[in-house]
Amino acid sequence: MAVRASGQPVRVSQYRLSVAPEEWGRVAEEAAHVGLRWGGLWAEDRDARIELTVVLEQCGIYLMVRTRTTDLAPSVASHTAYYPAAGRFERRLTDLFGITFRGQADSRRWIRHLAWSENEFPLRKAYSLVGHDGAAVRPDSGYPFLEAQGAGVYEIPVGPIHAGIIEPGHFRFQAVGESILNLEVRLGYVHKGIEKTAEGRDPDGLARLAGRVSGDATVAHTWAACMAMERAAGIEVPVRALALRAILAERERISNHLGDIGSICGDVGFAFGQYQFGRLRERCLRLHAELFGHRLAMDTVVPGGVQPDLPTDGAHRLLEDGIELRQELEELNAILSENSSLQDRWCMTGILPTETARMLGVLGYVARASGVDFDLRRDVPYAPYDTLKVRVPIATVGDVAARVRVRQEEIDVALGLIDELVSVLPGGPCRVPWSVPASDAEGLGCVEGWRGEHLAYVRFGPDNTIARYYPRDPSVFNWQALEKLIIGNIVPDFPVCNKSLNGSYSGHDL
Amino acid sequence: MFRLLNKIHRVGGVSEPLVQESGGLAFEAVGARLREAVGQRFRGSLAIREVDAGSCNGCELEIHALNNVYYSIERYGIHFVASPRHADLLLVTGPVSRHMQAALLSAYVAMPEPKLVLAIGNCGADGGEFGTSYASCGAVQNVIPVDGIIRGCPPTPLALMRGILSLIDRKTPG
Repeated sequence: MAVRASGQPVRVSQYRLSVAPEEWGRVAEEAAHVGLRWGGLWAEDRDARIELTVVLEQCGIYLMVRTRTTDLAPSVASHTAYYPAAGRFERRLTDLFGITFRGQADSRRWIRHLAWSENEFPLRKAYSLVGHDGAAVRPDSGYPFLEAQGAGVYEIPVGPIHAGIIEPGHFRFQAVGESILNLEVRLGYVHKGIEKTAEGRDPDGLARLAGRVSGDATVAHTWAACMAMERAAGIEVPVRALALRAILAERERISNHLGDIGSICGDVGFAFGQYQFGRLRERCLRLHAELFGHRLAMDTVVPGGVQPDLPTDGAHRLLEDGIELRQELEELNAILSENSSLQDRWCMTGILPTETARMLGVLGYVARASGVDFDLRRDVPYAPYDTLKVRVPIATVGDVAARVRVRQEEIDVALGLIDELVSVLPGGPCRVPWSVPASDAEGLGCVEGWRGEHLAYVRFGPDNTIARYYPRDPSVFNWQALEKLIIGNIVPDFPVCNKSLNGSYSGHDL
Repeated sequence: MFRLLNKIHRVGGVSEPLVQESGGLAFEAVGARLREAVGQRFRGSLAIREVDAGSCNGCELEIHALNNVYYSIERYGIHFVASPRHADLLLVTGPVSRHMQAALLSAYVAMPEPKLVLAIGNCGADGGEFGTSYASCGAVQNVIPVDGIIRGCPPTPLALMRGILSLIDRKTPG
């Protein structure tokens, strides 16, 4: 179904398979047996029957396996025995749909706090968008955190409101002295009903919503959602728009990496780094405001293309900015790497071993810094990356230093890609008119955002309306890695470890 | 170390007057008025507690930017504090998720009187793209009393500065 913008068909990289509900557990067993990556799970209430879809991937080929159950509260086998990261996806679906996953080791609620009862399931069609209970919600309580006992062992609860200007979530540490014995991350505080809100929207409305799943990854989420809708509608996006989307995505990668490297410096008291990298990020955002009309490039990716078009001097400005940024980074990266007190804080801190990263299905730079060599832009090349050579920086140590280094190199790669895209920027329109897809048409969008692989599933209902939207942010996997890599580290290193991953709360909670 | 010092010397201070935005006050001008207002009405120090009550994190990025070296909002006597007990002003980004309703209320109650609240962004103003739902209370004023609104998606750092200034002008005795 995928068609290259030039009109030639590209290699089919998505397959679908239906299985009986009784076979659901075997899907995971067989997939694990042949080493497929488990990439996400969602459900849909279709005529009071639950349909489940799991995404599996290997060698750049995506397989969507689906089962149609016979009722609204089905019971199927859990995938957690083979894929531990499936646990949070399943617990989420239990909370939102009332699905039972047999054989699940952890059956605690996950996305549900106290805003709705355990007998209510907001993502069922019969449940109204506005809910049933308008009363003030009590603070979450009674969640059974893991507890540690012993001489000198104590507990540190943090959040949901944190000390800085960041998103809310709760961290529960078990510690002895300075050392962390265990960390549990409790999320769901910013669950705002994105999937339910999406239902019934038109394509433009969905794109706007997708751009606000996680503000820092607005281009990646919007691109994934638009790709899904365009695949469903069979729309061919103009080559100029594809190139511009990639430029926007690479600029988003650069500005986030810059800001985060600055913050990672700040978290270990290296004010110079925070000053300099924060300065470079701000420069980036100002250029975005001038060229794209928005500092974060929100709402620039639209169904069928991009708006607004790049101004006439845009290509030149981007090339010029790239030259300056490279010079700045050459200097700054050298200063960072030769500063022994800084490296002392980063090296061997927050280590995520390769096997843990693989087991949890971790994505993006977090995975690549732990030796998991995967990047959609190279391995599942969607246009325009199918015509570009994408170098993928890898490290193996998996510590904070490795994650910083990978991100420094990714900025360099992104600048190279922008140079290439800009120098051969195709002419022509940057948006094509929308054509209404058939009812039931569906699509899966897959994009390598700055955090890693973004998936977006869209199914249309009648009259151009969205029947189902599920955005899978890479953070869902990466948050689970945080709990593993923090063990044995000291409490004061938690902020730098956390920032070196930088999971999105909003992208996780939806 | 030499390279580091050399870089500091060459880059120097970059906190500078910003590009004039059409029809509005430039950042430095807003800053000067802000410093004056903070000086008169808050004895030179305005403490802000920021609470993300359900945002997409876009507003947080721009509020965060107020602390970068270009805006360096501390030079106007404005600083962000960790505890609502130390805060004169609460900046709340929305929509207020129902799961954050209780935490936001606690933060508001913990602030000493007199307290000011600004709802930030289109979502803080009216729920934005998310509206009200089983999971979202929508506007900040649906949960706590609000003294002012700074719209935008997200509002730029300059818009945030202007909004804070206009709130102080309106709400505190001169």
